[in-house]
Amino acid sequence: MAAEKELKNKGGDKYSLIVPTYNERLNIALLVYLVFKHLRNVDFEIIIVDDGSPDGTQDVVKQLQQVYGEDRILLRARPKKLGLGTAYAHGLKHASGNFVVIMDADLSHHPKYLPAFIKKQQETGASIVTGTRYITGGGVHGWNLMRKLTSRGANVLAHTLLWPGVSDLTGSFRLYRKLVLEDLINSCVSKGYVFQMEMIVRASRKGYRIEEVPITFVDRVFGSSKLGGSEIVEYLKGLAYLLVTT
Amino acid sequence: MKHIFKIITLLVAISALWIGLLQMSLVPRSHTWLLPIYFIVSLGCYGLLMVGIGLMRFPTCPQEAALLQQDISEANEFLKQRGVDVGSD
Ligand SMILES: Nc1nc2c(ncn2[C@@H]2O[C@H](COP(=O)(O)OP(=O)(O)O)[C@@H](O)[C@H]2O)c(=O)[nH]1
Ligand SMILES: [Mg+2]
Repeated sequence: MAAEKELKNKGGDKYSLIVPTYNERLNIALLVYLVFKHLRNVDFEIIIVDDGSPDGTQDVVKQLQQVYGEDRILLRARPKKLGLGTAYAHGLKHASGNFVVIMDADLSHHPKYLPAFIKKQQETGASIVTGTRYITGGGVHGWNLMRKLTSRGANVLAHTLLWPGVSDLTGSFRLYRKLVLEDLINSCVSKGYVFQMEMIVRASRKGYRIEEVPITFVDRVFGSSKLGGSEIVEYLKGLAYLLVTT
Repeated sequence: MKHIFKIITLLVAISALWIGLLQMSLVPRSHTWLLPIYFIVSLGCYGLLMVGIGLMRFPTCPQEAALLQQDISEANEFLKQRGVDVGSD
């Protein structure tokens, strides 16, 4: 990647990548390999917050620590499945970088975009750089018509009602200044997709500078999605909640 | 200001405009009475149109799926050499 070569280690910036996992045995090693491949001249650590996955995710992480070093790959596990929002907060407590990247383990968030996030932040000084699928250069692969329809509907509704100022509200591939993420996590209470939306809407209301970079999103190849059930209802409740609280 | 109040303010402003129109009766009353219905209908149309356009122009990236497959086999090869268990399915 062109962006990769131009990356400079400005002023000793360090990036902590927080990756929550639940049953991601087949994905986590691939993810770690790709992160190391694409972040060559960058000071970073990967913090894996595993919620006691029964599929042996943690065993793979320990093998990865042997290959890449325990100082680069931190396993900060929790005993049982406690949800995503608290997983980020947990990982954040152990982060030693001044920037934090949040990404999924399922390879829907491809590490090849990391240099673009970092470069964008360096160029603009933004507090948050968020990956968006809905501007030129972005895209999605592997969604059926129904999935696309709900996604578009949700987006139009949220934009009409909330005027958030960012194009992709529910994406969760983002880079934050650590202090900003701490501030946001402390003021956000939602769960699931709504959590991602609440984070970015609150950030925008608080006046943090937010920049976007295009990303492509390929639906997971291995494993299965953990967010399910009555998502639409939850989403509508979340919208209403954000309307009255932000 | 909570966002809901911004929206309410906007709605109040629009209603005030409407009532003003009713009172001045520049246009025939029967037309003015129907304005809120037009408003709601056009809002609905706007929503449907935006979703429709969004669906038609939904950005897809089939080539990315192929690239990802390449990355996966490259990663698997490296990881196997280093003795990381990458599964076989
Ligand atoms: N630690 C932790 N990680 C989770 C939990 N639920 C989901 N994840 C992880 O969060 C990421 C996104 O979840 P995923 O199921 O892919 O959601 P989707 O992409 O929205 O369908 C993946 O890396 C999951 O392994 C949880 O309860 N705890
Ligand atoms: Mg996923």
